[in-house]
Order: sequence, then structure tokens, then C-alpha cells
Amino acid sequence: MQKKRIVLNYPQNLVDHPVISKLVKDYDLVVNIMRARITPKEEGRLVLELTGKRAAMEAGFKYLSEMGVRVQPLAQDVKWHEDRCTHCTACISVCPTKALDVQRLNMEVSFKRDKCIACELCIPVCPYQAMEILF
Amino acid sequence: MAKTVEEINEKIRKGKAVVLTAEEIIDYAAEKGAKKAAQEVDVVTTGTFGPMCSSGAYFNVGHTKPRIKLGGGKTYLNDIPVYTGFAAVDFFLGATAMPDDDPRNKIFPGKFAYGGAYVIEELVAGKDIRLTASAYGTDCYPRKTLETYISLRDMNEAVLLNIRNAYQNYNVAVNLSEKVIYTYMGVLQPKMGNANYCSAGQLSPLLNDPVFKTIGIGTRIFLGGGIGYVVGNGTQHNPGVKRTEGGIPKTPSGTLCVQGDLKMMSPKWLRGTSFTGYGVTLTVGIGVPIPILNEEILRYAAVRDEEILAQVVDYSDSYPQCIPGSVGEVNYRQLKSGKITVQGKVIPTSGLSSYLKAKEIAQTLKEWIGTGKFFLTQPVELLPSADSGIVFKALKERPIKKQLGA
Repeated sequence: MQKKRIVLNYPQNLVDHPVISKLVKDYDLVVNIMRARITPKEEGRLVLELTGKRAAMEAGFKYLSEMGVRVQPLAQDVKWHEDRCTHCTACISVCPTKALDVQRLNMEVSFKRDKCIACELCIPVCPYQAMEILF
Repeated sequence: MAKTVEEINEKIRKGKAVVLTAEEIIDYAAEKGAKKAAQEVDVVTTGTFGPMCSSGAYFNVGHTKPRIKLGGGKTYLNDIPVYTGFAAVDFFLGATAMPDDDPRNKIFPGKFAYGGAYVIEELVAGKDIRLTASAYGTDCYPRKTLETYISLRDMNEAVLLNIRNAYQNYNVAVNLSEKVIYTYMGVLQPKMGNANYCSAGQLSPLLNDPVFKTIGIGTRIFLGGGIGYVVGNGTQHNPGVKRTEGGIPKTPSGTLCVQGDLKMMSPKWLRGTSFTGYGVTLTVGIGVPIPILNEEILRYAAVRDEEILAQVVDYSDSYPQCIPGSVGEVNYRQLKSGKITVQGKVIPTSGLSSYLKAKEIAQTLKEWIGTGKFFLTQPVELLPSADSGIVFKALKERPIKKQLGA
């Protein structure tokens, strides 16, 4: 079994197609939709966590690509600017997945990409613009 | 036996001074006992790195040819207005100043992406800044407009002058209301969804010398990565508040007014800062050395997070409406653990002041002293303390009567 966090970019013509439903029924993938922004006559973007067998995952990606859906890993869209971070911990109490976490012994903040769900709660909370999410 | 500042400086000169940070001294004093530790240790270094709004800098940019009188006119640095109510080419830039066309909170919550504090950070980083001005023109200062790039090295004087920094203890902010609020204590989630604090606790300068036995006018300090001096007590200095048995104020108390040569400072320790929905501020790095002159001073400097209490204050109603009182009392050990319990509810905590950076400042100051680069000063006068009789006043408004026929 594999688990991947990805961002799907839908072209306008696919917005009314049941793409996710196909991933579940035909490729036996467990789909956890973390964020979605799809508006009629525009592009759509989805943040997903996919869980499934490796072969099924690959087949699913092939299907998405044939449909014209662009797939990219979530990590590319989230940036922690370590040089701007002062380790104040302002973000720590709002991050729901502990992607932003603090080592309590020396109060050092760290960012774990694979835990981030791009919810953007940290964006208005960070006084130093250390977090950047392109979604 | 008691020591003097001069004796400690002699040891620094010889490279023999024993210097510990305010964190290191805790275990050292516990192990050796206060008496022995006070004999062995010469200096304890403190540090804090947090947002401090009452900060700013004054400049003299040199005279133009022909001359211009900025005083009484309008002057901007990167579109941030500065205060020009001085002579020809002196002005003051405040940390929270914003461009005239910033939408502020018109689209709520405002972002406050740029302001005076960012200009200070960029100047210290050596960057060119746009200086633009308009003046009314006089016989001796005929010029009326000015547009030029300027950098810190072009200026005659550039001095950081912060009228209130390094607050001795601070509130812990919560939100009792039903909606998110945007404050200078950060974004506060409804129904006490989070609690924000802002102090370096056991490393914080004024919490290590709580009744000002050593800090006063002229105390040499680490300021913004360079060297600065304590000018005196900061504004709102309020030493007469309730204290713990160990002398630690239980509410915001003492403050510092500090100054230092901006040209010697670093953008690492002076950071432009934006609080969503609130405004721009400057995050300042300050470190104060405490000469261990006797056992009493050592005991104060060995303070621990669990001995420092702070009040949990509601920022949805109590704070804005100036209603005194707190919804709970917690200590800094609890705050730094990541959760506190207030009125039976477990609340996640976040800091606004960086403990990691505070430690780095205390460590840097320790190294400066240890390598003979930094000497201690005997203050001209100590800061007013608990016995000063200072009363912190609110503004009593007296409505202005409208004059008939005026």
C-alpha cells in the first residue's frame, strides 16, 4: 500500500466529469479530499491524499493524465522559508496536522512537508511571512 | 564577598571572567548553591527577541545643494512617512508607520505587508531606500522637492531609539468571543481556541533583574546585533505592580528605553513584522548583561520559568474595553509546554517572542564578554523600582466644551 499527497489541476472542460468517482470505483483507491476549489468555466484544483496498491496508483495516475488532469506532488506548492522563520511558535497552535511543530527542549520550529495539507491556517498567523502556499 | 563592576571588567580584560547565560545559571546555582555561585560567576547574560512596537530610528541625511528644509514639510522613505518636526535634515521613522495608500483594515483583516519596521530592516541590510520629500522653501533653504536613493552609509547619523522595549512580563492573550479576532497578540481563535504569550521568560532581561539592582541609565547592552545603551526606563514603566515572593511582577511591569548606532546593527536582529488585522511592528533583539555583584543579584538571575507567572487576559472584550482582571494565572513552564488549562479547558499555546533566538542572543553576549569585546557599565542611575511610587495612569478624558460664537 502507498500513500501520496497530490495536487490535481483540472482544465475547464473536465470540471463536470466524475473523475474522483472513477479513481475510487475503477482503480480501488482510497481518496481523502483535503481541499478543493472548482468553479464552473474555470480551472479546478484539488488537494488529495490517495491510498492504494502501487499498481493501482500508477494506473490511476495514467488515467488522470489521459483525461488531461495535471498531477503534481503537494510538497511543491508549500514553502517554509527557514531564513524568515524566527521560531516564535505563533503557527504551532493552529497547525492541525503538526506539519509545523516545535521541539520543546530548545523551542526550535520545524516543518514536515509530508504532513502539510495546505489548509493555509498558518498564513495569516505568521508575522514574518515564513510560510508560502501557492494554491 | 561582594564584587564591583570595575573588578568584573578587570577580569574581562584578562580573559578570566566567568560568564553564564540566564538559562545556564539555573542549574549552576542549584548545584553549587547561591552563595558559591555568586562568588564564582561574574556575569549572567540575558536575551529576548520579540515584536516591540514602540521602536524607531532617527536620521541625519546630510544637506543637499541647494539646501532643503525637510522640517515642516513631508518626507518619505520607500513611501513610509517620517516625522520631520525638527531642523533641516533630521527626521524620525517609527516602526509602525505605514504608506499613506495602504488600505489598512478597510478590507478586513488587513495584511500590513510593509511599513517603517521593514525600512529599518532594509537599511540595516545595506539596501538603497527611496528618499522623497516636499518642502515649503525659505530664503536660506530654497529647495522644494527631493527624490534620491539613500543608504545607511550615506547618512551622518542613524540611531535606533526605542522608547518602550523588553517588557518585564506580559499578558497571555485569549479570545472568549464567538469569532476570530486579530490582535497585536496574534490571531486568536474563538472560545479560547488558543493562547498566545510574548516573553522569553527565564531568559528575559528584566525578569532576571526584577527590582532593578543592576540595570539603569547607561547600561551597555546587545541591541539589534550591535551595541546599544539603556537610556532609562521605557514608557509605561510600572514597577509598583503585584509581585511573587521572589520579586517577579505578576503583570506587565518594567520597560526599557534603549538606543544604539544603527550602522553597527544587523537585519538578523531587527526584523520587519506584520500582524494580520493589526499592523506593522519591529521585532528587536536585546540582551542585557547582569553583573553578579552579590548573592541577592545571583538569586534573582537564577529565576526559572515555573517561578514566572503571567495573567491570561481576554482580548475580545476585557482588553479593548479596559476592564481589569484576568481569567487565569499560568507560569512560563506551562506556556512553553504547549498547553495550559484555563477554567478547566485545555488550550494550545503559541509564543510570539522567540525563545530559540533569545538563547542565541544570550550566548552571543556571553561570547562577546568572554573574548574581551564587551565591557560592563556602572549605570548613572538605576531604573525606578517597586518603591518609586510610580502610578500607571489611564487617560482621564475631559470633554472639550464647544464655545458659542466661535
